[in-house]
Amino acid sequence: MLILDIVLGGLILGGMYALVASGLTLQYGVARIMNLAYGEVLVAAAFASYLLVTAAALSPLFGLVFILPAGFLASSLIYRVLLVPLVRRAKTREALEVDSILATFGLLFVVQGLAFVLFGGQYYSYSYLSVPVTIAGSTVPANRLLAFAVAAVLAVGIYAALMRTRTGTAIRAVAVDPASARLVGIDVQRVAGFAFALGGGLCAAGGVLVSMFLTFNAAMGVVFTMKALVVVIMGGVGNLMGALVAGLLLGLVETSVARLVDPGLTLAATFGLFLLVLLVKPTGLFGRAGR
Amino acid sequence: MKGVPLALVVAAMGALALVPFLGTGYHLALAIGILNNLVLATAWALFSGPTRYVSLATAAFFGIGSYAAAGLGEALPWPVLLAVALVLGAAMALVVGLSTLRLSGIYFVIFTFGLSELIRQLVTWWEVNVSRSVGRYIFLDVTQEGIFWQLFGLAALVFLVGWLIGRSRLGLALRVVGDDELVARHCGINVTGAKLLLFAVSAAFMTLAGAIMAPRWTYLDPSIAFNPVISFQALIMALLGGAGRLWGPLLGVVPLTLLFEVLGANFPNAFSILLGLVFMAIVYAVPNGIAGWFEGAWPRAVRLLPQKAVR
Amino acid sequence: MTVLLEVSGLVRRFGGLVAVNGLSFTVGSSEILGLIGPNGSGKTTALNLLSGALKPDAGDIRLRGRPVAGLSPDRIARLGVARTFQLVRVLPSLDARENVLAGLAFRADPLWGEAADREVSHLLQRVGLGGRGHQRSAELTYIDQKRLELARALALAPKLLLLDEWLAGLNPSELQDGIGLIQSLRREGLSIVLVEHVMDAIRTLCDRCIVMNAGSVLAEGAPDAVLSDPQVVHAYLGDPDA
Repeated sequence: MLILDIVLGGLILGGMYALVASGLTLQYGVARIMNLAYGEVLVAAAFASYLLVTAAALSPLFGLVFILPAGFLASSLIYRVLLVPLVRRAKTREALEVDSILATFGLLFVVQGLAFVLFGGQYYSYSYLSVPVTIAGSTVPANRLLAFAVAAVLAVGIYAALMRTRTGTAIRAVAVDPASARLVGIDVQRVAGFAFALGGGLCAAGGVLVSMFLTFNAAMGVVFTMKALVVVIMGGVGNLMGALVAGLLLGLVETSVARLVDPGLTLAATFGLFLLVLLVKPTGLFGRAGR
Repeated sequence: MKGVPLALVVAAMGALALVPFLGTGYHLALAIGILNNLVLATAWALFSGPTRYVSLATAAFFGIGSYAAAGLGEALPWPVLLAVALVLGAAMALVVGLSTLRLSGIYFVIFTFGLSELIRQLVTWWEVNVSRSVGRYIFLDVTQEGIFWQLFGLAALVFLVGWLIGRSRLGLALRVVGDDELVARHCGINVTGAKLLLFAVSAAFMTLAGAIMAPRWTYLDPSIAFNPVISFQALIMALLGGAGRLWGPLLGVVPLTLLFEVLGANFPNAFSILLGLVFMAIVYAVPNGIAGWFEGAWPRAVRLLPQKAVR
Repeated sequence: MTVLLEVSGLVRRFGGLVAVNGLSFTVGSSEILGLIGPNGSGKTTALNLLSGALKPDAGDIRLRGRPVAGLSPDRIARLGVARTFQLVRVLPSLDARENVLAGLAFRADPLWGEAADREVSHLLQRVGLGGRGHQRSAELTYIDQKRLELARALALAPKLLLLDEWLAGLNPSELQDGIGLIQSLRREGLSIVLVEHVMDAIRTLCDRCIVMNAGSVLAEGAPDAVLSDPQVVHAYLGDPDA
């Protein structure tokens, strides 16, 4: 069943993209930081997971308990040390965007360079739960299913927290209008820092989950950043639901191109889709027109 | 003050012109690197300086030029090939510009980056599936000195064109747009047209640089020609020097090319880390570039006198 | 008197708010039309529609019979419509001469070079900035920035000039100068649409007035008649019983 294979494979891949992109949409939509080093955090988490599994013989799910908070803390640190000075000096939102692009761009090279020094350029992977499971006639490795399930739990959890809690409401308020949020007594910079850190935590979780079933290397961060960006922009910046839906969509498109056209063109398909969305609807498929 | 930039450019170009006569092969290679970066960074700033659109498409245009040379170099006489490369780059800039200059800042950055990656992926796919080989060998009869003088001429041309634009109505239009786009429109300036024209001019220079540089690598593959580091280096060098002035990038290109050369030779493994650190240092410490810092300090020192006299 | 500008049924919405709702009026050549009304009545939106800064959702704008609604601001500027802004907008990094040159260099019959230099000096002189041409415009006083903005608008050699509260914030003697300047422009055949709150200026300058309220025309006529209209008084001051 080719169709079922594509849908199932696409959904699982798309679930990962959705999780990873929802972290980026928190960072860019709330903290207004376009973090070009985002994918490097993901790759770093994947390597951390690899070390825990191979050296300490821990289950990646157990590793998640450490790596997600570590991603949160590391991102919080990046925000405080590197980005707060830029937030302070920026006169306009545009100025902050350009500054943050340039700064995180430098960070990208630093982290990527460190990864190369530590791990070299070769591909890494580890074997975890690589047993086939059959669903309605289509065979899927158990690790992919598990990763998808964890991603779904995390995504639903974050979504519910944003909708139901006080902090979540504050985050959404800052995403919509920082100036007005300030007027109702929200500490915008603190909320922005928290959202940035939370995004980093989700990104790290995504890295662990991806490492369970994909091979990865030190140079792959940029690809993940680009894919997350594609999803964020497709979904509408700062729109978590949009990111979830767009992530699934991208997974389906990529799997379809890989299975029906040519696996060598999946990345080209991603970028093609991205450019198309930017041209047709720069505010995103689910974004409001005119911000 | 007015004469300083001209003197600076002339002195730098004059010093470079001596390299083929006085220097060794190593010096010549270094001078080629400086000239290539000078063309790319100055051409980048030509568009991105006044419009404040941060373009990461330098690698895309450079790569197109390189591939034009690799693909057509043996079929066409060299001047014709350069003309073809120029037209290709400018035409692509017009198409890209028409569709993207409506996008606001951040989207333009990401779009241009995505565009370079898309072209790289497509060229790779084409080479693997149609040409049946990822890389190409370039056997063109051009010496290092030939490449040097072509780049030298191109760099001189960039400065000349930039200078002419600065004195022209287009130059004034861009300064007005840079100050206040709405006022510019109400002054009758076709803002999109002005940006588009400038984007095409800038892209044409980048494409030519790619074509001229192509024979330098005897082996060319998409990851060399479309290397995103090309875009980043042009950006960082122009920013360090100061993208707001024609002569600004020169101040960034020379020290950074030399620095990267030293770093690449001595710390090949840590090159990326050091590149990133230099990049961040520039963003945090010299946000307006060396030229901006210089121009800021100069009038502060001189201004007090005449103004007091007037009052 | 020939009709220069003809506006009919102009509509512009912002989301659910209808800022301009079926606005219609004409401006003759060498006429000064006052556009008045309480805050939020749609005056500035109307100017933005006329100058092309905003596109109308419906309606027609004709300049000497030629439809211009929905054209880009630069096309409209080249057709002879110039404007100033409610909050003054000079080009801060350019000096005063260059500010004026920006108006000369891109109009339908552009000036450049020596001819432009002469015209710049003339225009600066005319608005009272003679000899100040090499001052950075950001360093000029608020009033001088307003003068500079007017010189830039005049540099376009417009047929129609849109002034958005250009007289606001002037002291009495500056106000007299400003009124005199506007009158001299009209004598040269320029048509002017004036959004203004300074009632003395409206009485002195305007041939006709349009009072806007909630996006449409509430009253129209000679300034004195319009300003004593009970409906207009009501719109400005509210219900006397309240």
